[in-house]
Amino acid sequence: MNLSYLIRRLGAVVVVMAIVTVAVFVITNVLPGNAALMILGENSTPENLAALERQLGLDRPLLVQYFDWVSGILQGDFGMSLRLGLPVAQVVGSAFINSMWLAGIALAGVTLISIPLGALAAIKRGTKYDTIIGVFSYVGTALPEFVTATILLVLFASPGNTIFPAGGFVEPKEDFLAFLNHAVLPVATLGLVLMAHISRQVRSEMSEVLSSDYVRAARLKGLSERRVIWRHTLPNSLAPAVAVISLNIGYLLGGIIVVEEIFAWPGLGRLLIYALQNRDLPVIQAITLVLAVVYALSNLISDLVIAKLDPRVRYA
Amino acid sequence: MRKILSSPSGVVGVMLLTVVMSAAAFGPWLAPYDPQLFHAQNRLEGPSIAHWLGTDHYGRDMLSRILNGARSTVLFGLGATALGVCAGSIIGVVAGVEGGRTDSVIMRLLDGMLAMPELLFTLLIVTLLGGGTLQALLAVGVAFTPGMARIARSAVLSVRTREYVLAARARGESRAWIVLREVMPNAIGPIIVEATIRVSFAIMIGATLGFLGLGAQPPSTEWGLMVSEARQFMFRNPWGVIVPGIAIAMTAMGFNLFGDALRDAFDPKRSH
Repeated sequence: MNLSYLIRRLGAVVVVMAIVTVAVFVITNVLPGNAALMILGENSTPENLAALERQLGLDRPLLVQYFDWVSGILQGDFGMSLRLGLPVAQVVGSAFINSMWLAGIALAGVTLISIPLGALAAIKRGTKYDTIIGVFSYVGTALPEFVTATILLVLFASPGNTIFPAGGFVEPKEDFLAFLNHAVLPVATLGLVLMAHISRQVRSEMSEVLSSDYVRAARLKGLSERRVIWRHTLPNSLAPAVAVISLNIGYLLGGIIVVEEIFAWPGLGRLLIYALQNRDLPVIQAITLVLAVVYALSNLISDLVIAKLDPRVRYA
Repeated sequence: MRKILSSPSGVVGVMLLTVVMSAAAFGPWLAPYDPQLFHAQNRLEGPSIAHWLGTDHYGRDMLSRILNGARSTVLFGLGATALGVCAGSIIGVVAGVEGGRTDSVIMRLLDGMLAMPELLFTLLIVTLLGGGTLQALLAVGVAFTPGMARIARSAVLSVRTREYVLAARARGESRAWIVLREVMPNAIGPIIVEATIRVSFAIMIGATLGFLGLGAQPPSTEWGLMVSEARQFMFRNPWGVIVPGIAIAMTAMGFNLFGDALRDAFDPKRSH
């Protein structure tokens, strides 16, 4: 691994994160009504409001507030939740772990299913497999998560015929099987949409490899079709497949917001909706930052994996 | 157009879009009932002869509601995308044409915006603006801007050094003339293709916002809101969630298929 490439990429991530903190701070501070107003409610007197603003430090210049906030974050202090009365780091931390379970299982499952599916569609291009997978992926891409989730609920969680629980969460260390049972429907919802996206993109990348000159050369050499695919096509399709998956991480992170809300999964998405509805600014800021960091890091990791798989991009 | 109709997916896309567009154009006239009229005797019914797609929890006719909601749904998708494409193209073209420091500052800012998942970004803006259809439209438009700007920029960069641009520059044409007459017409292809596909995303995000209660408000016939309202009764009458769900999927799929066919027509090399 080229060290200077790694450092340059990490530097870029830091720059982007700095921009994200500014964006988040600006957006949340333009929100009508500040934290003091949120706590006291609409009936507060101007004197009370001013006093609480002073106590919370909201009367200071925005620039000072910004640097105060950022330096707190760098020390792991995200402030206090305005609504829950708990440190933001604690609330967001436990929600983060729950979300990562959900996203992790969904991503692992999707990777295992959709890459072979996309590859199969590309290899059997023009046959009925290809058509079926194509139709599936078009339908899947066009269904928003909330529709898929609702249909799955109707099918598998109706009161007379409950195959999987309609929502809720069990700590994985308490009862792992019950945890998995609760995870089935949310993971399936996330998975269907992602599978549609990823298998379609993998098919298109793999088709490109299949029509490349070296695959044709391998065929012309008289190699068996199996060898052409396993030795010449698949290894070269791996890097694009990783790229495709990392492209869809952002989609996954957006998807968990809706899915957690529907299935009452106590993760970042559900917490975010709660915080947005209650204008809990420190929580909104922390969740946005955490999601952006996860997104940036996963992109970085995938770039490093691609560089490892495909020596040509290492020094790019 | 003939190229688009030469692939089966293009044909399906055009067919779906025709259905959706006619619903958007003539929906209110085609609807058999007033979309807000309560048929108190026939609440939460499945499809029947009187109500082809069933009724909701107030006994309102679903077919009439879907037909009435088509216009706002399609207009939402087109409007939000148009906003994002216009703003994004201007930013992207400026970055691509100016180059140098302007370009790198703009691109870093866009990277920062793109570092947030799209739905999260949209949610933040909607909360900032307050819920409602227009606010949701603005939010989706703003959220689309950085992505569109990137595409516009790379489209501009790819034609910037072509001979006809260099020739125009050598002729001493003004910068505005070069951008509007030489660069833009040749860079517009990828922008249009991306925009078509984005309409389906805009419709899905708009429906999601309606579902979360941050977009259209009752008694609107917005499809996402219809799913959200029918969810309470989904086990008694699954049609209430399935019908608007299918309507959303059909519309999104229509724009997706059409966009893909458009891409293949513009760029035959990529048609696998």
